Amino acid sequence: MLEQKIIIFVSFGYMGLLFAIAFWGDKRAEAGKSIISNPYIYALSLAVYCTAWTFYGSVGAASRSGITGFLNIYLGPTLMMILGWPVLRKIIRISKVNRITSIADFIASRYGKSATIAGAVTIIAVLGIVPYMSVQIKAISTSFQLISQYPDVYMAKTVTSLPGIKDTAFFVAMLLALFAVVFGTRHLETTERHEGLVAAIAFESVVKLIAIISVGLFITYGLYSGFGDLFAQASRVPQIKQLFVMEVNASTFTGWYNALFLAMMAIFLLPRQFQMIVVENVDENHLKKAVWLFPLYLLAINIFVIPIAFGGMLHFFEQCLSEPGCREVLPETFGGILKFEKGQVDADYFALTLLMAKKQQGLALFTFIGGMSAATGMVIVETIALSTMVCNDLVMPVLLRLSFLKLDQKSDLSRLLLIIRRVSILLIVLLGYLYFHYVVGYYSLVSIGMISFAAVAQFCPAVIGGIFWKGATRSGALWGLLTGFLVWVYTLVLPSLAQAGFLSLDLLTHGPFGIKLLSPVHLFGVDIHHMGFNQYTHAVFWSIFVNIALFIGVSLFSKQSATEQKQATLFVDVFTHSVESEKSSFWRATAAVEDLRMLLERFLGKSRTDDALERYAREYNFNWDKDLIADAGLVSYAEKLLAGAIGSASALVMVRSVVEEEPLGMEEIMHILDETQQIIIYSQELEKATKDLEAANERLKEFDRLKNEFISTVTHELRTPLTSVRALAEIIQNNPDLDVQKHHRFVGIIIKESERLSRLINNVLDFQKIESGQIQWQMTRLDFREVIEDSIFSTSQLIEEKNIDLTLDISNQDGFVSGDKDRLIQVMVNLISNAVKFCDPGYGKIQIGMYTETIKTGDKENRYLKVFVKDNGIGISKKDQDIVFQKFRQAIAGSKGRPAGTGIGLTITQHIIDSHGGRIWVESELEKGATFFFTLPLL
Amino acid sequence: MKKKILIVDDEPNIIIPLEFLMKQNNYDVQTAETGEKALELISSWKPDLILLDIMLPGMDGYEVCQKIRQEKKFNQIKIVFLSAMARSIDIAKGMGLAADDYITKPFATDYVVSKIKELLTDT
Repeated sequence: MLEQKIIIFVSFGYMGLLFAIAFWGDKRAEAGKSIISNPYIYALSLAVYCTAWTFYGSVGAASRSGITGFLNIYLGPTLMMILGWPVLRKIIRISKVNRITSIADFIASRYGKSATIAGAVTIIAVLGIVPYMSVQIKAISTSFQLISQYPDVYMAKTVTSLPGIKDTAFFVAMLLALFAVVFGTRHLETTERHEGLVAAIAFESVVKLIAIISVGLFITYGLYSGFGDLFAQASRVPQIKQLFVMEVNASTFTGWYNALFLAMMAIFLLPRQFQMIVVENVDENHLKKAVWLFPLYLLAINIFVIPIAFGGMLHFFEQCLSEPGCREVLPETFGGILKFEKGQVDADYFALTLLMAKKQQGLALFTFIGGMSAATGMVIVETIALSTMVCNDLVMPVLLRLSFLKLDQKSDLSRLLLIIRRVSILLIVLLGYLYFHYVVGYYSLVSIGMISFAAVAQFCPAVIGGIFWKGATRSGALWGLLTGFLVWVYTLVLPSLAQAGFLSLDLLTHGPFGIKLLSPVHLFGVDIHHMGFNQYTHAVFWSIFVNIALFIGVSLFSKQSATEQKQATLFVDVFTHSVESEKSSFWRATAAVEDLRMLLERFLGKSRTDDALERYAREYNFNWDKDLIADAGLVSYAEKLLAGAIGSASALVMVRSVVEEEPLGMEEIMHILDETQQIIIYSQELEKATKDLEAANERLKEFDRLKNEFISTVTHELRTPLTSVRALAEIIQNNPDLDVQKHHRFVGIIIKESERLSRLINNVLDFQKIESGQIQWQMTRLDFREVIEDSIFSTSQLIEEKNIDLTLDISNQDGFVSGDKDRLIQVMVNLISNAVKFCDPGYGKIQIGMYTETIKTGDKENRYLKVFVKDNGIGISKKDQDIVFQKFRQAIAGSKGRPAGTGIGLTITQHIIDSHGGRIWVESELEKGATFFFTLPLL
Repeated sequence: MKKKILIVDDEPNIIIPLEFLMKQNNYDVQTAETGEKALELISSWKPDLILLDIMLPGMDGYEVCQKIRQEKKFNQIKIVFLSAMARSIDIAKGMGLAADDYITKPFATDYVVSKIKELLTDT
């Protein structure tokens, strides 16, 4: 007895292990040590192709129809890998260049990033995959039921359709969905790549391979003594023997080629296969190894299919023959199901039931885990791929269009994206469950799977045609896809629904409204048996036929838009055109960097946006501080980043909303956002912003120029005093007999010039402090008269030397202010020495004065002190009055001639006054002297 | 006869050592603090060599040099720029105006003296 508790415990333990591997894989990826970046892991991850269909279904198919029943499903991919790798390589290259996230994205992107195509492909994919999903649910729930009743191998004759929560399958479905949600949408970031997932899938592929090989080895060498023995015994059973008599007729051939064709397409068109082969591909070169590794894997997983089928048949036929009830109904051609008294045994589950019948408890449990592993792997990857498509290509475009949701104003949409993806995973699995519950109960695993293969094969004309034929148009692709899909629904889904009792079976035999020509199983009166068609071949023939016909026909008679043409060239000529470079983009568009950044942050979140932009900046030497306008390269980089999160069709629309582009962009934005007015205003604002940025750039350039000028001025100013110091010092040194008077005079000059040097240096340092905001103010209450007196005292020598007539007009009122005394003295000294410097050389006159004033603003009275320093020099022109205070400016006094010092004295002065809450300005007329005024708030 | 040197500079504290050096080396010296005054002295006093600063109030040194070189009668006068503007572009501009030399400030007194001697013995 195998307790259910143990089974569940082991199952969850295994899932936990997968989860741990995924977690580890992500951690490694974050640390930059990707484990999936090697061709072996890549090849193993492709083996997600082998689902429960392979694990259980192949044995069933082999039991029903021998080699032809299962092998072409694996020959197809093998052929595709070995012969079709140039196609795969091209698809991978195109997807890398364009940051394609899914098969829907791929097709839509090729046809002018059309949202309609993306939506159509998504709907086809979701509906097409539903039967396939149900296969997995069926396999897990059936195998779970089987192993729970260990060692009893019989299933109830009829599938018990317990409603809702009592149904094992429902639980299985919901658990699968939960696992898929946990696996695929763990991160807040909605990246296109899932390193951890790939690692887990590669591991899962190893587990299912080992499981099936263990079963095979046990049967071949444990129950029988090798292949020879097993085959010899099998050949004695007529039902087995006739499986290997190949009937060479039209039916075997068409059936064989049909399955081969479908499998060749499925290997890269199934959403999960596209995800693994293309989207998760780290390095195009990995394909080279996968081309033989993956077929090798397929060979390995199929090697024991026949032995297991034989073992199962031998064992259960023997049982059946010993039971009269069973023996009677055992048909000459084994249909896959043995009907015992206690229940039935389905050949699909021979791998499990045979082990159980042989009381191999541990191995049976391992087999169950292997099968579950195969099924969950499929469900997880498929739902992740599909949910990405549903979110990007179905839900987001609609949500973005619904203006009342105001999504375009939300700052962070990455959470919303995640929620949409999670909900779609749940819904997709639920659909799979419903299909299982109501339709597929009685079908074998392989026959249900084929329906899905036929659905995704509809992508083939649009994909293959799209990458080799530039003339393929959006309309052609859309018409082909839609009609192919409709024929698929009509010829495969309707009959399955009819057989499940949802529709009248009359529909199948007599056609709708009695029109026989339209019968879903004999379209246009084609006698399927005569043509060698079975139901699948019939459906695939017609659906692919109309698909290709309309794809080519409509393409020839429709015109491509500009975007389509561009995309067609990008896709078809991917190897000649695009070395993966953002710069070689076809875009001729610019946008404000900040707008792009905000847009990206909304969908990708802040940290991912920062990372990505930084990477771009490194690669293309983009300077965020200087380059405020994103060029075409950055715009297309941003679009591709966004495409990774929301698909290329939506990304195009979002990027265009912040980009100023050639007129063609406008039309589509309006179409989607439907708010013409707003867009026009927006683009005007953008234009204005661009102009502002240009102006800012100009100011920076001007600033740079002034800084250079400043440096050359400062060095010039330093050289002048240095010159006299050095010359005089040399004279003193070379003339030891210099007379005392001269000696004294020269040394005096040296000292004075040294002081001038120190002053200059202090000014430069002060200026530096102002620039960096490092000044510490020593605020005290002080009488400004003292400040003036002190300043005059320290400049008295200067004034006397030039014989300047100084008038002092300090009113008798007190002028108490709060301030830093030393700094205020510096202000006065600066103004006085300026005045001295520019005084009339013949008769210099300087006036210094202060008085109080009152200003009324509203009912508030502000009292302040006003100080002025007036000279009678050459004056400052109106034009220069504005710039004398600016940093680095040398106010050129007069039309030409020497500059007014280093141009920093007045800047420092202004800063000090500003910091005291005052104001400074100059009033002057050329040749009539200048008066500097400043105010300080009175205490 | 003593050679005549005109010193043109607006910084008295630079004129003082220059004047001392020239007199010590037995030259006749006159000084000017502006370009205008320098041109007057050139016409009236006819110096053999001019030590010419560039940054002057009003007319600058370049202009003074240009004016001298325009007059044929002055083409015997040697012109040496003596300037704190040390960028190669400034020097090139000065030499381009057909000055005889360009010495940057601060200078070594010996060098200035030897340069002047060299220029004045040539003739």
